[in-house]
Amino acid sequence: MPTMSEKILAKASGKDEVEAGDIVIANIDVAMTHDLTGPLSVESFEKIGAEKVWDPSKIVIPFDHQVPADSIDSANNHLIMRRFVKQQGIENFYDVNAGVCHQILPELGHVVPGEVIVGADSHTCTHGALGAFATGIGSTDMAMVFAEGNLWFKVPETNRFEITGKLKENVYAKDVILHIIGSIGADGSTYKACEFAGKTVSDMSVSDRMVLCNMAIEMGGKTGLVEPDRKTIEYVESRSSKPYNVYKTDLDSPSLNIIDIDVSDLEPQVACPHHVDNVKPVSEVDKQIDQVFIGSCTNGRLSDLRDAAKILKGKKIAKDTRMLVIPASKEVYSKALDEGLIRIFVDAGALVSAPCCGPCLGGHTGIIGPGEVSLSTSNRNFKGRQGSPDGEVYLSSAAVAAASAIEGRIVAPE
Amino acid sequence: MKGTAWKFGNDIDTDIIVPGRYLIYTDEERLSKHCMEGLDADFHKKCKKGDFIVAGKNFGCGSSREHAPIALKGVGVAAVIAESFARIFYRNATNVGVPLLEAPGITGLVEDGEEIEVDMEKGIITNNNGDSIEFKKLPPFMLEILEQGGLIEYLKNKR
Repeated sequence: MPTMSEKILAKASGKDEVEAGDIVIANIDVAMTHDLTGPLSVESFEKIGAEKVWDPSKIVIPFDHQVPADSIDSANNHLIMRRFVKQQGIENFYDVNAGVCHQILPELGHVVPGEVIVGADSHTCTHGALGAFATGIGSTDMAMVFAEGNLWFKVPETNRFEITGKLKENVYAKDVILHIIGSIGADGSTYKACEFAGKTVSDMSVSDRMVLCNMAIEMGGKTGLVEPDRKTIEYVESRSSKPYNVYKTDLDSPSLNIIDIDVSDLEPQVACPHHVDNVKPVSEVDKQIDQVFIGSCTNGRLSDLRDAAKILKGKKIAKDTRMLVIPASKEVYSKALDEGLIRIFVDAGALVSAPCCGPCLGGHTGIIGPGEVSLSTSNRNFKGRQGSPDGEVYLSSAAVAAASAIEGRIVAPE
Repeated sequence: MKGTAWKFGNDIDTDIIVPGRYLIYTDEERLSKHCMEGLDADFHKKCKKGDFIVAGKNFGCGSSREHAPIALKGVGVAAVIAESFARIFYRNATNVGVPLLEAPGITGLVEDGEEIEVDMEKGIITNNNGDSIEFKKLPPFMLEILEQGGLIEYLKNKR
């Protein structure tokens, strides 16, 4: 009767079964920290008095938040991490040229179904799209994982979103997840595993499923999950040689809450300032924009760039609007080059940058000033998220972002 | 514990507690200067050691940055009292030694700037008029971690 979260956590903690509410100590299969949360993890690791990490082959360290370094402070953070990687013999280190952590982890074969994955980044829930139990933790918890290879968890209850209905043209996974968060609220799934299931989800690509799981945290979710199917296995086997375990949820589980959602009439959605659950259909939003950002661990994948390029081909962005396109990884960038997408963006008047988190968290490139409005394909629109606390951030799909860049105001693609 | 309560709304996210552009720092002192900056740039000046933050639901939602509870510790916040908390923040705050007290109804009991009293052992918060409310008492092991200033100190002292 267990849910897939319960099954994964039971196996990882060496038990026959566990149920929601139990506290377990689970062995960790992958531990990820990056250039921004890494230094604090290393500091805590050293303060504990630990000397060696538990398993240098299970730690992944990508640089993505402030790459290339934009200040002496961030260069110093990079130095701290490079030194730690060398000292500890960490095998999976990706320097400034690799891409956004939540894109490269699955892309480079670090994520397989049935694993327990922790990351010192809240959007670690993305990896549940491949059927892993993946969750964000802080730096002290990460230091404990580095030292011991395990961590305590409270086994979560599950909100299972059964999504049905064929998506209309120009409506994407991003619109679905914004709609769900808008309906259930920013704390609507707090402490819960968020499973995405139903015909609409099985029709989606692995990339689209990552969009859903990526934003589980924006409704308080402990993780996002999709049950592995043929598409998952094809993706995983083409990228990883690690063994995997496929777990599915028993629908009679007492810790399961099923929420039915029909998306057949769904229109493109926008999350308005300053909360992710402040969601409206695009048709109800009339707003001039100063900056458009296409990228991030939510919507910086090849499919997003294709959707945007289709709209921007042969067009120019509005005179008073600037546009940043940041592919989520080296692979995405490279394929976008091969397919001629980068040419389309450059010709349209966009700035294309090397793979990184970009303006998403307002720490590096593309920071907005007081009174400015950003339309972004990322996952958070909190006050001050992309720079000035007097600026505004709206969130949308890549298609809405591209169409809006041409008009200089938020519009739905035609 | 007695102190001034500084009141905030619902869904106070970690970008409000400490904005992303300051995550290059890891020390209490520098982080605390930017604590709650987006809503109140002077917060770090007016919040004195031993004061409280009182907030609505879902306090600490958003990023896993441990810089957020470190900033709160740096400005001297004795505890955050809220209707409810977000998950990752709850763990992080306990790990760095900032007590989080879940007290449904707290926003109706306390005004911004009011002196309040918190009894950790009894699990009671009392306002200036003598009205009080109960909060979910913390289990003994968590109190021990908090009293020692966080998980790392707790582990060091245990060794």
